[in-house]
Amino acid sequence: MNWDWSAVADFMPRFLDGLLVTLQVLVLGSLISFSLGLVWAAGLRARTRLVRWPVTGFTEFVRTTPLLVQLFFLYFVLPEWGVQFSALVTGTLAIGLHYSTYTAQVYRAGIEAVPPGQWEAATALSLPAHRTWLAVILPQALRRVTPALGNYVIAMLKDTPLLAAIGVLEMLQQARLESAATFQYTEPLTVVGVAFVLIAYPASLLVRTLERRLVH
Amino acid sequence: MTMGLWQNWVLPGIWVTVQLLVYSAALAAVVAFGVGMARTHRSRPVRFAATAYTEVFRGVSALVLMFWLFFVVPPLLGWQLVPMWAAVLALGLSYGAYGAEVVRGGLAAVPEAQREAGIALSLTPWQRMRLVLLPQAVPEMLPPFCNLLVELLKGTALVSLLGVGDVSFAAYLVRLATQDSARIYTLVLVVYFVLALGVTRSMKALERRAKANLGVVAK
Repeated sequence: MNWDWSAVADFMPRFLDGLLVTLQVLVLGSLISFSLGLVWAAGLRARTRLVRWPVTGFTEFVRTTPLLVQLFFLYFVLPEWGVQFSALVTGTLAIGLHYSTYTAQVYRAGIEAVPPGQWEAATALSLPAHRTWLAVILPQALRRVTPALGNYVIAMLKDTPLLAAIGVLEMLQQARLESAATFQYTEPLTVVGVAFVLIAYPASLLVRTLERRLVH
Repeated sequence: MTMGLWQNWVLPGIWVTVQLLVYSAALAAVVAFGVGMARTHRSRPVRFAATAYTEVFRGVSALVLMFWLFFVVPPLLGWQLVPMWAAVLALGLSYGAYGAEVVRGGLAAVPEAQREAGIALSLTPWQRMRLVLLPQAVPEMLPPFCNLLVELLKGTALVSLLGVGDVSFAAYLVRLATQDSARIYTLVLVVYFVLALGVTRSMKALERRAKANLGVVAK
């Protein structure tokens, strides 16, 4: 075994650039998945089958097929349809879209977990629909779903290296570039692996704390 | 798409994906039960090691793990892993860590009195696990295992980045040959969807049978 600390030091500038891109993808991807997920959740609860069935079918399809293939689909097909995005934008969209189908299920479960009495109380007070949602249902539902959304942010973090496949300069891609330039694979890849544990483990502890505080 | 592309790349690719799924699911199951049971062990060091395993392998991205096993481990140990086995190892070890949580949760859900009854009958810990706890816990584990298996199936697409000729890799080659991205990628997404449907259907059947053996009706 030959571990070279100077190779770690040489990799640091590139690594930090990659970390920044990873975090950027994570934040924007989370925002897309949180908001788009709410749209799907509304569609899944729609009264008319005309909305409910296509949304159910679409989200099931996206959820059960690999993100990597979806990534390539968007990356190669969007330009054919005349939509030109950078790899970074395409990647962020793909990851946000993929995880929106998971957050949709989370929202749905959260809304269903609000006790029926709360709906009845809102009706008894003759609150209009938007007040029922904003003042009664959503505050209670969002409290319950926060830890679950947190878990999906961690899952999303672990999927960001897939974006290396279309050349997005996140952590893994930076490690690959470094290895290609120096022929040293061990140090860059290990640094990236350790970085994932160092981010994901505290994050999962945080989610567990939130779970105790908000749900129970 | 011509018949040649279909026969030479896509069909063998689907077969490689199925093989990957079976091998890495088998490894993941071994890891999940080993580590999951170790997390309920009496000895503190055993529990600690098992917990550390799940935290580390759930923390690292499966793709990074795969690259690490392929590029880092061989020079360290002095031998080379075939891409296919690096892939199976990475998928099995990382999805096994998720499975370990399912096993632990399943065992924790068996009523405490069952364990006590095992002690009262002076069964050894291993007999208790094998004869009392696992038979009741396993049917409960099947639905989360089903979700995990679908995630694992999706994870197999990562191996195409190591150059393993699975169905995602076939899609890449066909795209290069035909320049028709929309058709081939839609087709491959449908292939994954159908495989996932097969996985969920068979797991559902398995669950129904396992629960019938316990005298419980599956939902």
